[in-house]
Amino acid sequence: MCLGVPGKVIEVDGEMQIATVDFWGVRKQVRLEVCDMPVEPGDFILNHVGFAIRRIPPEEAAETLALYDELLRLADEQDLMTADVRAEIEAAPDAVRVQKGAGDESE
Amino acid sequence: MRFVCRRERVMSPSDPFAQMKFRDPARARGLRDTLDRLVQQADHAPISVMHVCGSHEQAIAKFGLRAAFPENLQVIMGPGCPVCVTDVPEVDEAVALAKQGVRVASYGDMLRVPGTSQSLADAKAEGAKVDVVYSVTQAVDLAREHDEEIVFFASGFETTAVATAAVLVDDPPDNFSVLSAHKYIPPVMEIVAEMPETKIEGFLAAGHAATITGSAVFEKFVERHGLPVVIAGFEPLDVLAGLVKLLEVINSGEPRVENAFPRCVTREGNVPAQRLLWRVFRPTGGRWRGIAHVPNGNLRLRDEFARYDTRKRFTIDASALWSYAPPKLVQQCQCGDIMAGISSPSECQLFGKGCTPDQPVGACMVSAEGTCRIWHQYGGQPDLRSMKRGAA
Repeated sequence: MCLGVPGKVIEVDGEMQIATVDFWGVRKQVRLEVCDMPVEPGDFILNHVGFAIRRIPPEEAAETLALYDELLRLADEQDLMTADVRAEIEAAPDAVRVQKGAGDESE
Repeated sequence: MRFVCRRERVMSPSDPFAQMKFRDPARARGLRDTLDRLVQQADHAPISVMHVCGSHEQAIAKFGLRAAFPENLQVIMGPGCPVCVTDVPEVDEAVALAKQGVRVASYGDMLRVPGTSQSLADAKAEGAKVDVVYSVTQAVDLAREHDEEIVFFASGFETTAVATAAVLVDDPPDNFSVLSAHKYIPPVMEIVAEMPETKIEGFLAAGHAATITGSAVFEKFVERHGLPVVIAGFEPLDVLAGLVKLLEVINSGEPRVENAFPRCVTREGNVPAQRLLWRVFRPTGGRWRGIAHVPNGNLRLRDEFARYDTRKRFTIDASALWSYAPPKLVQQCQCGDIMAGISSPSECQLFGKGCTPDQPVGACMVSAEGTCRIWHQYGGQPDLRSMKRGAA
């Protein structure tokens, strides 16, 4: 649960302090109000329970991503670290659902 | 079937780096050789160091790193599992509320942590309204969707408490409250450092908690106890690099704080997050399960957030839970000693026999960050050095 998960910032809503973030193809809404630095599209952030707790500059992201690449692509369903990372992604609301608005019943 | 699966995950002890396909094996071997040299250079043996993070233990066990450690280096997991150190009376509070009809939401691992006589999962099985959430925000969503009271039973170290704080300053609905079991890591390191049985010579601090607190939070600890602290990340190479740095500092005889995870951690940390954390929470003393009373180790809501404080809003009567005799096996559980670094799962009579992930006796077998659960998942005995010696 302390692992967090890095994702790539696609879009930033500065007013709402929310970013659309891509986690291995899954787009989520991540809250930005506790992030230490302003983020821009192309940056990576470290997401923990739905909040960005750290901006990771793109040039430093590769080292951080390798572990998660392995966990999400190769590890089996029962792996504790993989489950942890999946839970961190689940923690943030689905970007598509939020954009459609609260009236959408299909989710 | 399950047993076979676990066995397959154990790495070949002859080359612990063979499965690290995504990393540079040469760098890994270089770090291992440096670690060997540093341990040989030390003026005594063995050297014991402690990390305080379930994710570090997962990385060490999953990647078989102990097989790469020098024989005279003991890397021990301390109280790094927030769910595991949630004390019995805290679980009882949540169970009592659930049993009196209040809807309780919590992170999944918290459901099976045993209280005096029942867990939240037991209460749920009896019909109580207990929801699993992945984030505090989802608990707030529940409060918005329902007219009834929603209690968020909040666990986690400072990293996770920041999210709870962010939600509380963001005007959550009136029917939402927080039953805080949040814990603060730096004070428990002081307790472990002072335990008479401890042989710990340095700490590996958790990278992501330090992302929030910054490395400076450990400076006073180092001054007081003369034990170095090195902050490390979670990549297998990050863990090895952190240990190399820690051994260098131990050998130098000049204890200090070193940051071996600079891509995420700075000296001052995430200042806005710290402000938020301390605006909402105050540190207070309390028991950590199996360990000790930890001064300033518990995070509780400040008075200005009293209206969201479950303990202020409800009269919680857990006395009905105390009339049961605790299950017999609980007396033999060594979770406390394991979390204090005095014992290891393989020294526990129950490990893998009376206590398994399906039938956990202690909290360390419940949580994905518990030492026992991690060792059980990754083969039962992740220290493969004995096998390596046997094969030689």
